[in-house]
Amino acid sequence: MKRLTTLLSTLVGLMSTNVFAEYGLNMTEGVTSISRDIYDLHMLIFWICVAIAVLVFGAMFYSVFAHRKSKGAVAAQFHESTKAELLWTVIPIIILVLMAIPASRVLIDLEDTSKADMTIKITGHQWKWQYDYPTEGISFISNLAQSSKDSVNDDSNKPENYLLEVDKHLVLPVDTSIRFLITSNDVIHNWWVPDFGVKQDANPGFINDAWAQIDEIGTYRGQCAELCGKDHGFMPIVVDVVSKADYAKWVTNQQAIAKAAADSANKTWSKSELMAQGESVYNTNCASCHKKDGSGMPPIFPAMKASPVANGAPADHIGLVLHGKGGMPTFKMLGDADLAAVITYERNAFGNTGSVVQPSDVKSAR
Amino acid sequence: MTTATDTTATGHADHHHGPEKGLMRWIKTTNHKDIGTLYLWFAFTMVLIGGAMAMVIRMELFQPGLQLVDPHFFNQMTTMHGLIMVFGAIMPAFVGLGNWLIPMMVGAPDMALPRMNNWSFWILPFAGGILLSTFFMEGGAPAFGWTFYAPLSTTFAPDSTDFFIFAVHLLGFSSIMGAINIIATVLNMRAPEMKLMDMPLFVWTWLITSFLLIGAMPVLAGAVTMMLTDRNFGTAFFDATGGGDPVMFQHIFWFFGHPEVYIMILPAFGVVSHIIPTFARKPLFGYSSMVYATASIAFLSYIVWAHHMFLTGMPVAGELYFMYATMMIAVPTGVKVFNWIATMWKGSMTFETPMLWAISFVFLFTIGGFSGLMLGIAPADIQYHDTYFVVAHFHYVLVTGALWSIIAATFYWLPKWTGKMYNEGLAKVHFWWAVISVNVLFFPQHFLGLAGMPRRIPDYALQFADFNMISSIGGFAFGASFILFTYIIIDAIRNGEPATKRPWEGAKGLEWTLDPKAEYHSFNKPPSRKLIEQESQNS
Ligand code: HEC
Ligand code: HEM
Ligand SMILES: [Cu+2]
Ligand SMILES: [Cu+2]
Repeated sequence: MKRLTTLLSTLVGLMSTNVFAEYGLNMTEGVTSISRDIYDLHMLIFWICVAIAVLVFGAMFYSVFAHRKSKGAVAAQFHESTKAELLWTVIPIIILVLMAIPASRVLIDLEDTSKADMTIKITGHQWKWQYDYPTEGISFISNLAQSSKDSVNDDSNKPENYLLEVDKHLVLPVDTSIRFLITSNDVIHNWWVPDFGVKQDANPGFINDAWAQIDEIGTYRGQCAELCGKDHGFMPIVVDVVSKADYAKWVTNQQAIAKAAADSANKTWSKSELMAQGESVYNTNCASCHKKDGSGMPPIFPAMKASPVANGAPADHIGLVLHGKGGMPTFKMLGDADLAAVITYERNAFGNTGSVVQPSDVKSAR
Repeated sequence: MTTATDTTATGHADHHHGPEKGLMRWIKTTNHKDIGTLYLWFAFTMVLIGGAMAMVIRMELFQPGLQLVDPHFFNQMTTMHGLIMVFGAIMPAFVGLGNWLIPMMVGAPDMALPRMNNWSFWILPFAGGILLSTFFMEGGAPAFGWTFYAPLSTTFAPDSTDFFIFAVHLLGFSSIMGAINIIATVLNMRAPEMKLMDMPLFVWTWLITSFLLIGAMPVLAGAVTMMLTDRNFGTAFFDATGGGDPVMFQHIFWFFGHPEVYIMILPAFGVVSHIIPTFARKPLFGYSSMVYATASIAFLSYIVWAHHMFLTGMPVAGELYFMYATMMIAVPTGVKVFNWIATMWKGSMTFETPMLWAISFVFLFTIGGFSGLMLGIAPADIQYHDTYFVVAHFHYVLVTGALWSIIAATFYWLPKWTGKMYNEGLAKVHFWWAVISVNVLFFPQHFLGLAGMPRRIPDYALQFADFNMISSIGGFAFGASFILFTYIIIDAIRNGEPATKRPWEGAKGLEWTLDPKAEYHSFNKPPSRKLIEQESQNS
């Protein structure tokens, strides 16, 4: 019933003018020079199409109303006119050339990635994004936020930004020319943030690039735009664009966190520490295929419960998670501590009886 | 073909006898009319199956959240919906129309290769059956989209993919044989007095389409064979770790895929070029320019494929080339639209059901053409690509284009096929029901795409909820319109008023000189030059 009322109000709303912003009827103008150029181009072509449509459909409907037998119209018998054919060939060609000029200009501009101040490497995984800041030495994975995962089957309680929220945002400085290097670790994904006018395929084994200079501080959201398997609809992108000073602070902070993680990988963990940490790593990284309760989705995604690997030799288990196998992706981008934790968790949760794995075991297996 | 073949085919030495009785008539038939009927019923069944999958998709998308199916099954639905509609519904329906109409339109007694004709049809149910059986296999049906991009369709695909590959091979055989048959019929079996430029446009468009099929289907076969060896025999055509390239798959696929979309629309252009002159009671404006425009579209369709791949990381020069080439297609397409409107202009129009479908075809297909032009602008495609804007575009050209023309053709030629008239009042109700609901279904998808909703997702963010609900409601209404359509057709066959030889006042064409229900064997004697000239569209 509530849906029905919103539906009715939409229909009513469609007739008023300021509905454009509210319901997102049109392409976003975005916050980069490229996205604005694209928007202008889009509007230009749109209005040209509207003008042609008015003429063509106008003629057609005029004819439908005026030249009908019931009004006593007698059919003329004219046909074939080279002049007419030439006219409606040449005029469209001229219009197309006029469209092609601005389109080419924008295209050449946006493909020129030579002027970048900094570089971000983006790697698509089934079904999450990995962000690397090569010069700053920062690297992290960005998964769909737990709040969205929890409410997929709960219609009464959808969080704000449902399906458009992640656990770790990509952070970028404002007014900086940024080059994105985009690749994939498994299938083809596509990194798309409409407000930046950046959408680029992430191809496994190849690197594509794109660039953006963002003019406004804010949070921008996007989604994967290439079918990449089961959870293609569940790997959003969230970018925080912050002032340059805030960005510098964030970088220092991240570097400290990375150092702490590296240190903790050198100590020996207790089983309960590993299990606690492992459960959360498992739920974010593995549960989409192997399920939270370890039941998996056989035959494609095997169960962890009573798995021969999870109950077998630790070296095989570590090797499989590090390097992947068939549909099982590699997880070598996770830290030693996280990997040791998740492997220990798999070996001891769901009624399994495997051994404990320490970060140092993972480190030496790499 | 020898007489011996014909004898076994009909079960009688005498050509003027009717068909064999019972089921064997349909299994053994080599009669172009029987085979046309088989194709049309097959396509109709597939429309219903593919449509049922569309209903599942629209139900899941009715509101945010997952209610009905899980994401993996959702992907199977979109994939199989696309494959079935393209390969099971639209293409066989046009081959069915071609079978029924081409021999009658060129004054030939049958298709040139009747035995092969039987075989090209009977492959289809097996191919379709294999494809559908994948639902019951471990790991489910293919779930990688009807474009089956590697490596999602190779390394990461379920085992059933090998059955999918086999089915595609069979469908390809069937299409190629159908195309060869049409080329042979048009070129060799045409009435001796009929020149190429006397041929009706439906025949012309099908002749050109056949050459597209012969050029494109082997490429598709190549693509799936490379997939097969990548999956099973250790090759790495599409696998970067073995020195291959997944983007090469897309080049091969779209080198087939773009001609394929014209395979699905050129015969539609032909159908509309018959219906509009009939009900405008005025000759087609620009017969020869229609023929040339069709041929140029066919040629251009081979050199624009990578406009589907602007975001794969092509060099700028490539993007510029494919953008310009794509924009060029708008020119001959425009010529067609202008010619249809010039045909209506100063005509004496009536609006029987086939004309309603044809006029709405011109209107709605052109909307799809406009969005196609927008998509062809490479920089703008960055924002459109793989969103619901693309979904809206290709449904405007495929549903309100290709499918619309098939429905128009059904109403237009049904009297000749069955000797019966359909119920005009009900058919008009059906038309308005379908045309309104289809726009409620697809028009809001333009907005969804522009607002940023990706395609092929089972669940979406809250700001997309309203338009998705509207679209779903349109979808259910459009789906329901097929119940009425089915009723109208069956009612016409069973209880229709008897038709006359030429039920449409302004209709031209050799088929209208036959009995009200076309004889089982027509044009055993080729038509005379005088008759051909009288009935020519190019007069
Ligand atoms: C994209 C889906 C996916 C994700 C995410 C995933 N796995 Fe897997 N996993 C698979 C598949 C598929 C297999 C089967 C591989 C094979 O044998 O070919 C598998 C197999 C395994 C096995 C071996 C099970 C057995 O009994 O053979 C282990 C252990 C495992 N995964 C651990 C993990 C861990 C740990 C994570 C998270 C860090 C994880 N997986 C995340 C898909 C996934
Ligand atoms: C005016 C002529 C047309 C132009 C300029 C055009 C252009 C395009 C472009 C550029 C795309 C790619 C969009 C993207 O993926 O980003 C596309 C997609 C598509 N077009 Fe067209 N098109 C035209 C007519 C047609 C016709 C006549 C058909 C079929 C009858 C058709 C069927 C399709 C289909 C099925 C897709 C989707 C392919 C996919 O799944 O990605 N188009 N079109
Ligand atoms: Cu994806
Ligand atoms: Cu194309």
